[in-house]
Amino acid sequence: MENKKQNPIKRFLAIRGMGAVMTAFIGLIAIYIAFGIMNPAVFSGQNILNLLRSMAKYLLIGIAQSYVLITGNIDLSIGTMVGMSAMISATMMTHGVHPLLAILVALCSCLIVGVINGYLVGKFRLPPFIATLGTMFVTRGIAYMVNGNRNTDAISSGIGKDAADKFQNFFYYGKTIGVYNAFWIALIAFIVFYFVLSKTRSGRHIYAIGSNIDAAKLSGVNVVKTTTKAYLVSAICSCIVGLIICAQAGMGNMEAGNTYEMYGVAAGVIGGISPLGGTGNLLGTLAGAAVWQTLENGLNMIGAQVGIQRIVIGVIVVGAVLLDIVVRGGQLGKKKG
Amino acid sequence: MGEVIVSMRQICKEFPGVKALDNVDFELRSGEVMALLGENGAGKSTLMKILSGVYTRDSGELELFGKEYGDLTPKQAQEIGVAIIHQELNMCRHLNVAENMFLGREKVNGIILSAREMEAEAKKILDDLKIDISPTQIVGDLPVSKQQMVEIAKALSINAKVLIMDEPTSALTAKEITDLFRIIHKLKDEGHGIVYISHRLEELAQIVDRVTIMRDGKFVSKAEFADLTMDKIIADMVGREIKEKFPRVSCEKGKTVFEVKHLNAGHQVRDISFSVSEGEIVGFAGLMGAGRTEMTRAIFGVDERESGEFFLDGRQIELKDPEDAIRKGVVLAPEDRKKDGLCVKLSIRENLALPNLDLICDRLGVIRKKKEDELCEKAVKNLRIKTPNVEIDANNLSGGNQQKVVVGKWLARNSRVVIFDEPTRGIDVGAKVEIYHLMNNLKKQGIAVIFVSSEMPEVMGIADRIITMCDGRITGELTSEEATQEKILTLATRFESKQ
Repeated sequence: MENKKQNPIKRFLAIRGMGAVMTAFIGLIAIYIAFGIMNPAVFSGQNILNLLRSMAKYLLIGIAQSYVLITGNIDLSIGTMVGMSAMISATMMTHGVHPLLAILVALCSCLIVGVINGYLVGKFRLPPFIATLGTMFVTRGIAYMVNGNRNTDAISSGIGKDAADKFQNFFYYGKTIGVYNAFWIALIAFIVFYFVLSKTRSGRHIYAIGSNIDAAKLSGVNVVKTTTKAYLVSAICSCIVGLIICAQAGMGNMEAGNTYEMYGVAAGVIGGISPLGGTGNLLGTLAGAAVWQTLENGLNMIGAQVGIQRIVIGVIVVGAVLLDIVVRGGQLGKKKG
Repeated sequence: MGEVIVSMRQICKEFPGVKALDNVDFELRSGEVMALLGENGAGKSTLMKILSGVYTRDSGELELFGKEYGDLTPKQAQEIGVAIIHQELNMCRHLNVAENMFLGREKVNGIILSAREMEAEAKKILDDLKIDISPTQIVGDLPVSKQQMVEIAKALSINAKVLIMDEPTSALTAKEITDLFRIIHKLKDEGHGIVYISHRLEELAQIVDRVTIMRDGKFVSKAEFADLTMDKIIADMVGREIKEKFPRVSCEKGKTVFEVKHLNAGHQVRDISFSVSEGEIVGFAGLMGAGRTEMTRAIFGVDERESGEFFLDGRQIELKDPEDAIRKGVVLAPEDRKKDGLCVKLSIRENLALPNLDLICDRLGVIRKKKEDELCEKAVKNLRIKTPNVEIDANNLSGGNQQKVVVGKWLARNSRVVIFDEPTRGIDVGAKVEIYHLMNNLKKQGIAVIFVSSEMPEVMGIADRIITMCDGRITGELTSEEATQEKILTLATRFESKQ
């Protein structure tokens, strides 16, 4: 009995969180087809491209929040890091700073926030809700201040039209192999962070501290470093989203990324990532982000009001978790002496 | 002998993939203590969970106080008079004793809680049991033994007639056990029926009237305790004879491997100095709260230290934190496996690999699947961890197998010092012997083994040298030849004020 190889499908489903991931993907396909029947334009090539592009932001935000959720924490400063990243990069570019340098400064600023989050939560053991609530306000404040409490002008006014086009195409409007770049950027980030989480030591440590922080510590896991790593991933992804938004608008908006941290929670949770930590899988986040975008897109296409969209999304988030709990409750019986 | 108050017949229960109970019969009379024995995973807890309404049976009959019942809910079971004192105590740590005792059935005056009334009643029950706990103490501040007493008091406060005690003594010291037994005797005399689940067979003689033995989900035997011998009980439980309960291997004592000098950490660890040599197991005996666990944590760098020097193979080393200690070859298999030992939502594979990721990763930190497989396979084989595969959640293993995972994760490394803190708590005879063998193997390899245990027979049976602690200090040292229970106890109760 002990060394028997399991069949591959069973093995696949045994991977952590795979059940929820499959549910989310099946839901995704069902939702997509349902909208397609209501409005065949949903199936059009251009709509699919738009869908993939708008999904990019949510996927990145989802990855950001998922990393932190798996450690058993939460990052409320994601949305404001998005705003800070957009404002810093846009402000610098309107002042003629080279986009690369602007990107670098935006990234460093977000990384600093990530490190502060990591230390407050990991080292000083502040409740993550409080710690990141604090950094959330601070980063939004910075986003306001970098351009003197107002949105920036068009970035082309500083770096010129050519450079601005290049920046905007790179992050948003341009296409590679027929698909918008924003999607490729998100996909690359997804692949990298999926690999880190599932195949590397750091990833394993992230699961371990989310599962049982005391046991992880006694197994030699450096809690401060690991917590910080998760918050850094969150910072990197948030920064990229800020840049995408900046490229999309061609300017910096102080309110960019508002409440994105909660979108991140939603994407993760729909895909089976438990806010209690220790479980979940980034494939779920991918499915969650896709479900979200398909819903938004589909509801748009059939002409539903924004209010309806919000209500549907709220129901889906709670429904996904409810389903998970009911299903798990069904297999309550655990063998014990 | 009282009348039959619990009668379970032909009980079956299946979990996905496992037949947990297969036509099990069980009976309990009023005024008796019935021991329910069996190895980990034998189905004892499952059977008791059916009796207390936590699980529902697939088939079989359940009769309580002469009345047939169908599926019970926990609440119904409670109302009928069945209470279970869990192995892992279930209480709200932040609430006080009275609040816990009346949880869910608070006494109210209109809509306002009448705390005083509840406290008075709690006090009456506690006084009746001669338990020295104030109803207003916060439960989380009480030691485990007292928390357990509170659970018993809670059970009595709801008029439970059937008390199920799952491993009640596993976290208690000798004196606390005496206290508990006094209470059990009292309950018995008052006509309560008590189901007593324990792995500590040596204590059965003091309280048990009858014994039911289970193995692999099946009923094996039922008998008056007086008619049984210990060997017969063990043979029935394990299904084979265990030749040596405490296998001992003799080794040549070599050079000093690990030395601790003047370790101080809070009032629980005071000026601890000792050394461990190649080829010996050093046992630490003492009462609960003597500071042994705190000492192991201080060595391992989990908790803050005020002072202390460590020498490994003659060279002074620092042990900054667990990460550092592990790297330098000093490891700890901690006491509380649920809290400190296991990551319960992770698989067995991930648990076994966790402290060894440095060994199975390449330079970029990518986990080498093949090496990880080898490591897990070896651990499962060497420790005989009973599991269909290593991908299942560690939480789904029985206690003994969980403990093997906790211990097993440290064996893949070439450590120089291995500290075991209560490695056999709450696990069955067979698994215990396997853990002893494992310690013996380490000893043969010249690894310094530190063995903290509250069970005197096993310390005397396995350790080559026994250091006793009391109140955070080392109070004596005995060789295995000169050690007796009395001597250990005398040293372990040598409080400073008494000198």
